[in-house]
Amino acid sequence: MIPSRNVHAPPAQSPRARWAVGIIGITAVAATALTVWLGLWVTPPDQSQGDLVRLVYIHPGVAWVALYLAFALAAVSSLLFLWTRTRSMFWDRLAAASVEVGVVFNVCTLISGSIWGKPTWGVWWAWDARLTSTAVLLVLFLGYLALRRVPAEPDVRAKRSAFVALFAAVDIPIVHFSVLWWRTLHQGATVLNPNLSPTIHGSMAWTLLLGFVAVTLVFVWMLLVRYRIGVLEDYLGTGELDVALRERQAEGAVTDEEEAA
Amino acid sequence: MWRDTVLVAGKDLRIEARSKVALSQVAPFGIVALVLFAFALGPDRGLMAKGAPGLFWVAVLFCTVLAVQRSVSVESADGARDGLRLSGLDPAGLFLGKSAAVAAQLVVLEAVLAGGVILLYGAKVEVPWLIVVSCLLGTVGLAATGTLYGALSAGIRVRETLLPFLLLPIAAPVLLAGTRIWQAAMAGGTASDGSPWLRLLVVFDAVYVALGIVVYGPIQESA
Repeated sequence: MIPSRNVHAPPAQSPRARWAVGIIGITAVAATALTVWLGLWVTPPDQSQGDLVRLVYIHPGVAWVALYLAFALAAVSSLLFLWTRTRSMFWDRLAAASVEVGVVFNVCTLISGSIWGKPTWGVWWAWDARLTSTAVLLVLFLGYLALRRVPAEPDVRAKRSAFVALFAAVDIPIVHFSVLWWRTLHQGATVLNPNLSPTIHGSMAWTLLLGFVAVTLVFVWMLLVRYRIGVLEDYLGTGELDVALRERQAEGAVTDEEEAA
Repeated sequence: MWRDTVLVAGKDLRIEARSKVALSQVAPFGIVALVLFAFALGPDRGLMAKGAPGLFWVAVLFCTVLAVQRSVSVESADGARDGLRLSGLDPAGLFLGKSAAVAAQLVVLEAVLAGGVILLYGAKVEVPWLIVVSCLLGTVGLAATGTLYGALSAGIRVRETLLPFLLLPIAAPVLLAGTRIWQAAMAGGTASDGSPWLRLLVVFDAVYVALGIVVYGPIQESA
């Protein structure tokens, strides 16, 4: 008898969780569509930057996800994994998903920044402090993902990855300050400037805010889906071993029967 | 902890004294790198002298990767890693010992490379002590991070390619700070020109040495 592939059914996602992911996905699409509509058609062009200003509705939101949200989530989950009291594969998968999605947002940050930088600064890339930190963060993230691709037992891989995330996390502030002293050209923070009073007004401010919400929702949706894929990958990894074991056992059973006959 | 540090560092340095891998392979590699940088820049001595600080530190970083690879591979044969783990040595001492051995080799390499930069590139150093201090501080940080990543990648088959990818971006602040301090020292600046960078190096060293002392034990268990 050939054993079926599904030795165990894949770990089920509760209907409520599936519903929540669906709702977040739909909201993310709607918020993004609304941002695009407001950003491209409703808001006026800027006095000095013209239509270029429309990138501001996307770029800061994407950068906030890439540089703060994804990175902080990965750092905190890795720390919670290393802490023996809270150790669980949940934190490992969350960190991995957050880094992987974070890399996508990081690349989007660099691309949208370049598109803005070419007409404004006259160059695609400038060795400015924020650009350089972003690039270093991307390389650190890619190193983390490369380490995760190394075949290993899930718990060994989880520990290794968590350590690398921890080392990278403590490096980021140092990198940030070193490149800040090294070079600074990027325009100052517009929304989160020290006295917390936004320097833009009206429909532009609302669209910018909506852009942050939309991009964050997209991130959360991608994170949840990636987490689910991680669960299924782990299931496949262990499931395949079970299937192989059963096949070998089945072969043994067949030869026993033949011998008896 | 300190006794274990001395024991482990002594062991690694004795292995180096007998095998002379760092002396006969890593140091000549550093010189080769300096010569290649000169070819890449062209024969303009002014340009070379200007680029000397950065090129020196890039060469040091490359040599660090090699020194760390060597430090890991010393333990990889004959189950030496398990031997160390079972020896009852304090993991913190083990970390400090391995780091100290790498640091000692790096200091010698840096002396060779600094001599090479001054001779080959015609770099003029106005404030030598600033360079000595920055090299010592940079070396501590490089050795500590290198030892941490070395231990982390010890059991990995693709270690040779993975280690530089993980280690070099982490060490970027050392390169930036070291280069700036060299430039200050070459321009004849006072200590105040380099002092924020010296402080940055001190913070980098303190963070990674402290982290290494705390997490080296768990890393060894997981590798």
